[in-house]
Amino acid sequence: MGMTMTQKILADHAGVPELKAGDLIEADLDCILGNDVTTPPAISVFEKMGYGEVFDKDRICLIPDHFTPNKDIKSAELARCMRCFAKKHEIKNYYEVGDMRNGIEHVILPDNGIVFPGDAIIGADSHTCTYGALGAFSTGVGSTDLACAMASGRTWFKVPEAIKVILKGKPQRYVTGKDIILHLIGMIGVDGALYKSLEFFGDGISNISMDGRLTICNMAIECGAKNGIFPVDDITLQYISKTDPERFSEGGYKVYEADSDASYVREIVIDLDEVPLTVALPHLPSNTRKASDIKDMKIDQVVIGSCTNGRYEDIRLASELFKGKKVAPGVRCIVIPGSARVWRKALDEGMLAVFSDAGCVISTPTCGPCLGGHMGILAEGERCVSTTNRNFVGRMGHTGSEVILSCVPVAVASAVKGEVSTPDMI
Amino acid sequence: MNVSGKAFKYNDNVDTDVIIPARYLTSADPEILKEHCMEDIDPDFAGKVRPGDIMVAGKNFGCGSSREHAPVAIKASGISLVIASDFARIFYRNAINVGLPIMECPKASDSIEAGDIIEADFDTGMIYNRTKNEEYKAAPFPDFIKNIIDMGGLVAYTGRSKEGE
Repeated sequence: MGMTMTQKILADHAGVPELKAGDLIEADLDCILGNDVTTPPAISVFEKMGYGEVFDKDRICLIPDHFTPNKDIKSAELARCMRCFAKKHEIKNYYEVGDMRNGIEHVILPDNGIVFPGDAIIGADSHTCTYGALGAFSTGVGSTDLACAMASGRTWFKVPEAIKVILKGKPQRYVTGKDIILHLIGMIGVDGALYKSLEFFGDGISNISMDGRLTICNMAIECGAKNGIFPVDDITLQYISKTDPERFSEGGYKVYEADSDASYVREIVIDLDEVPLTVALPHLPSNTRKASDIKDMKIDQVVIGSCTNGRYEDIRLASELFKGKKVAPGVRCIVIPGSARVWRKALDEGMLAVFSDAGCVISTPTCGPCLGGHMGILAEGERCVSTTNRNFVGRMGHTGSEVILSCVPVAVASAVKGEVSTPDMI
Repeated sequence: MNVSGKAFKYNDNVDTDVIIPARYLTSADPEILKEHCMEDIDPDFAGKVRPGDIMVAGKNFGCGSSREHAPVAIKASGISLVIASDFARIFYRNAINVGLPIMECPKASDSIEAGDIIEADFDTGMIYNRTKNEEYKAAPFPDFIKNIIDMGGLVAYTGRSKEGE
């Protein structure tokens, strides 16, 4: 029986020639990730367990991004707890806010060249599934798993079944990776890929940029998937040749292809030409609609950023659309470049001036409002169009507030019009 | 191991943001987290729940964020078991790791109503509804997972395994 891309990566990391869906395995990990919310409980477990040392200080990433810059005294204490641990164990990939390497974890791990094709990664953050865009296996875990993995460099997995998603054709103008993944989640539901891999195939992949693929894999968790994964192609190789030229030239990665007789529990075909600009209305990411079908839905706030849509391409697209436009009176538009590097490029290339002229507020990189942390919390009755990933009850603030998930072009158009809108309207 | 208690009933897709909202994640203390457990969909939960009570929900329980604070908050509130049609995978893993018993049983999830008195036997996977006089069968846990839950989580389990070495 053939294996999927995910199964092959897991087999290699478990040191077995083959495996099948349902097998319980223990796998070596190339990288282990935590943030300022999930790492402190992991440190407490690490200490209770009496682990003395981390397995490899160069393979652990501890990223302060959720409540940073520290929003209050308690979050400052969480950040300090992680900082002290990072210092004590000489963790290589720990950065303070402002460091050009810092930013939102799932933006910087690929952009900083920490993740390469064929790697196996776990992170104590559900959006760790982002790195499948590079042909890596990555998935989210909790703090106890993080603690054990920091000590051993290994963790256990149940080998997942897979859903084959075939992407055909070319997306329409302004339709992005965000629309493709929202469209898919709308088709299969928030538990449509529960415990499974989403494996992407098809000629349409060559029409999706790396940043678009990262957005798609980022939201694989929103339909319950264990991971999402793209095959490696020229776009991937070109991307990693820039993120870590040394590792790239040494061939420090492995390209996995699914066997032709690999088994899939379901096959889904998506014609990219037919994917519309898509929004998810409250309170589930699967509650999708064609953006153009939404009429007279007034908004109070727009958020452009997050691990889903805070990458260079997202911020650049937002600035192109905002050029010469103004945020509608009474609307707050918060732009959050996803990393210090994206922020700096936005400065150097004049994008921040465009946002400022349009009447946006520009934030430091942070997860901030996406999870209702800080930097843009909603009051009762307020409605926000957001390029983030979840619109659950109370996600961005009051339980009586609403979040509408969208791509960057719909978010900009909505900010300019003051209601849910599409870019052809501005 | 057996548990018994009164059922709290919820719908499909109970996410970790409503189990414990992110605004409370500046603490990982179970005693603080339990005060806010389920607050955004059931503000009375923390006041009503009694030790041993059982939480019953539909599909995809615990979807969303990877926060381990979610099963920690439920366990600290006194809930002795969560029954659902199925669980989101990170929550499933976290529940086992922190020693919160969970059972997947669509039949029980459909039939049990709020306030029913429920008993469950982890060894056999049997769930008894004493109010409606019904019984439902869930798959029992594999032994190693049962042992982790019996010990109260992965930390205690690993500690005990080490002593045995």
